Amino acid sequence: MSNARSAILERLRKAPKKPVPDLAPWSPYKTTTEQPLDRFRRLMGAVKGEIIDTKRADLAETLRKVLADKQAKNLLYAPNTEIGRTIDAAWATEPGPQLVAYDKPMEELKSLMINDIDAGITSTMGAIADTGSLIVWPSAEEPRLMSLVPPIHIAVLEASKMYDSFSEAVGKLGWNKKPPGNTLLISGPSKTADIEGILCFGVHGPKQLVIILITD
Amino acid sequence: MPELSHDFEHAAVKALGNQQLRTNFRRVMTGLMNKRAAQFPDPDELQALRSRGKSIKDRALAKLPDLLVQLEQNLIANGIQVHWAESVDEGNRIILDILRKANAKSLIKGKSMVSEEMHFNHFLEENNIRALESDLGEYIIQLAGEGPSHIVMPAIHKNKGEIGKLFQEKIDGQGYTDDPDELTAAARRVLRQMFANADAGFSGVNFAAADTGSLVLMSNEGNGRMSTHLPSMHIALMGIEKVIERLEDVGPLISLACRSATGQPITTYVNVISGPRKAGEKDGPKEVHLVILDNGRTRIYDDPQLREGLRCIRCAACMNHCPVYTRIGGHAYQYTYPGPIGEILNPQMQGIEKAGDVLHASSLCGRCAEVCPVKIPLVDLIVRLRRESIRPSADAVKGGGSRKSGMENVIWFGWKTMYANPLFYRWGTWWLRKIGNLMPAGLPLLKQWTSVRSKPQFASRSIYDLARERGIRDE
Repeated sequence: MSNARSAILERLRKAPKKPVPDLAPWSPYKTTTEQPLDRFRRLMGAVKGEIIDTKRADLAETLRKVLADKQAKNLLYAPNTEIGRTIDAAWATEPGPQLVAYDKPMEELKSLMINDIDAGITSTMGAIADTGSLIVWPSAEEPRLMSLVPPIHIAVLEASKMYDSFSEAVGKLGWNKKPPGNTLLISGPSKTADIEGILCFGVHGPKQLVIILITD
Repeated sequence: MPELSHDFEHAAVKALGNQQLRTNFRRVMTGLMNKRAAQFPDPDELQALRSRGKSIKDRALAKLPDLLVQLEQNLIANGIQVHWAESVDEGNRIILDILRKANAKSLIKGKSMVSEEMHFNHFLEENNIRALESDLGEYIIQLAGEGPSHIVMPAIHKNKGEIGKLFQEKIDGQGYTDDPDELTAAARRVLRQMFANADAGFSGVNFAAADTGSLVLMSNEGNGRMSTHLPSMHIALMGIEKVIERLEDVGPLISLACRSATGQPITTYVNVISGPRKAGEKDGPKEVHLVILDNGRTRIYDDPQLREGLRCIRCAACMNHCPVYTRIGGHAYQYTYPGPIGEILNPQMQGIEKAGDVLHASSLCGRCAEVCPVKIPLVDLIVRLRRESIRPSADAVKGGGSRKSGMENVIWFGWKTMYANPLFYRWGTWWLRKIGNLMPAGLPLLKQWTSVRSKPQFASRSIYDLARERGIRDE
C-alpha cells in the first residue's frame, strides 16, 4: 500500500464533514406524446445515423442491399453469433461481398482491420429513446473493435428492445451487476467540431452508422 | 509546452489586440451558447436536472474517501490496477514506471485535462517516450507546440486556414487545404497508423462508478475508444473528485455535461470500461491501469466552501458564457484551466502568489454560476479567493495573503474611514468638489486609473446639498 494512498485518504477523512444530501427529485425521460421508437429515429437521424426497417427473415437480404449501396467489398463479422450464422447460411446459397471472420486475437487482424476492411456488423443490446443511442456490449464472440475500426458500422437492432432512458436500461439489463469489460452507447457515426466548431463526420471511428431495425 | 510568462495582465492586453483571435472566439462561443440554450427548452426540467446533478456530486464528495476505497476494491476485482499520486511529479513517475516495465516507447492519447495539468507529454518526451495526442483539437495544438485554449475544444483559437498551413508544414505529403472535412481526413489517416502501432494507450476519465468499478469516457470522435481498445495497454488518469456512487448516476450527469458543453443530447460514444481483455476475448488491452491524482485537491476539499468547486464536470459552459473569456481566449489565463473554473482551480493548485492574478479576470456578472450544470457558485468562490489573497483564513489556500499590498491597505483604510464617518465624509467630498477638477489626470496613483478611463467630472455642489435645498429632509 503506497504512502500516497494513505496520505490522500487520511487528509480526506480529517477534512470537515458535510451531511450526505438526498438525491434531488428528478425523473428520467419517460415516453409521453412521442413514441420511444419515433424519438429514437428522430435523434439518430439528426446525427446522421441511417435506419433501415426489415423483418427478421429478411435480415441477410437487407444486409446485402446495404453492402451494395455502400459499395463495401468486404464485411467483418462474428461467425459464432446468431447474426453470423444467418450471414453464413445466406452467403452459402448466394455469395456476397467477402466475409472476414473476427475469430482470432486482434494482433493477427489489426493491420487488415485498420487498412482494408470496409464494414463491420454487430448486434446490439437495444437502444435508448431519450438520447437516441444504441447499447452495445462487446463480447468474446463479438469483440470491441467490430463497431469501431471499420469505416461503416452496421448494427442490428430489435425494435422491441427500446428503453426510455439510460436509467431504465441500467436496471433492466442489470448493467450495474458486474458488467462486461467494455460496454457502450453509440449515438451516430464518429464526429468532431474541433475545427472552427464546424461539424465533420468520420474522424477516428466509423464514418457511417447503418442500423438495421428488426420490426417483428 | 510553450514558455508562459505567467503574467495574466500582459497576456490579456495582448489577446485583446488580436482581432483574429477575438473573431474566432466570438463566433464559436456564440454558437455554443445558442446550441446549449436550444437543448434546454424547459426551464423546470433544466433546474430539476441541475439539482439532481449537484446532489449526485455532493453525495459523492461527502462520502469521498469511502467511495475511493470502494472504487479501488471494485476496479481491482475487475482486473484494473490502481495507483495513487499526491503530486504531478509522482503521477508522472508512476506512469513512466508502468511504461518502462512494459518496454513501451510510444503512447497514443485520448483527451485528458489532468494530463495537461501534469505537463505529461513534455515529461515523457524528456524520457524518450513519444506521446501523441489523438483528439483532433489536441493533435492540432500538439503539432503547433501550443497548449489548449478551451477545455472541450482545445484548438478553437485557430481558424481553418491556420490549421491548413500547419498540416501542410507538419504532415508528410499533405498539400494545403482549408476544407475542414479534408483536414479531418488527413488527421484520420495519420492517426489510424499510430493507433495500430502505439505501445500503449492513454485516456482521462469523465466519471468513475464506485458500485461497478467502471471508468466512463465520453467522446465524439472515437479516439477515446481507439486509444483504449487498440494498444495492448491502457493507462487512465483522473483527479480524486471524479468518483461517483453508482453507474446509474452517469445518466443525468452525461445529459448535463453534453447539453451544457456542445448542445448535443449525448456524445457519439459513451465508453464504459470495467476491465481488461479477459481469457478467451479477442481484443481490448491486456492491462488496464488507473492513476488517481491529488495535486492540491485534498486541500480544496478541506474547506467546506471551496469544496464546491470539486463538483465540476468540465463541460466548459462557464467559459463559453464568460464575457472575459470570450474576449481574451484561453491562453491568456496562463495555466491549464481557463475561464471562471480556471480562476478557481489555478490559484488553488498553483498557489495565489503564482496564479492569483486570474482572480481579476471576472466582472462578477454571474453568468457562469447561472449556467453551471452542477450549480457551482463560481462568483462566490472567486470573491472568496480574492479575499484569501489579501486576508487569508487559516491555511485554506496556498499562497493566501500573498497579494497583500501596503498601498492598497492604506487606500482601503482611508476609504473605509471616510465612508463610515459622516464628518469625514462631508469633509472629504467638500475637498473633492473644490479641488477635484484641478487635479491633473497624470497624478501618481490616479494615473493608473485614468490610463484606461476618463477622469470623472466633480460637480460643484453635492447631491445632498441640492436635495436639502429642495426641502428633502435627511432621514
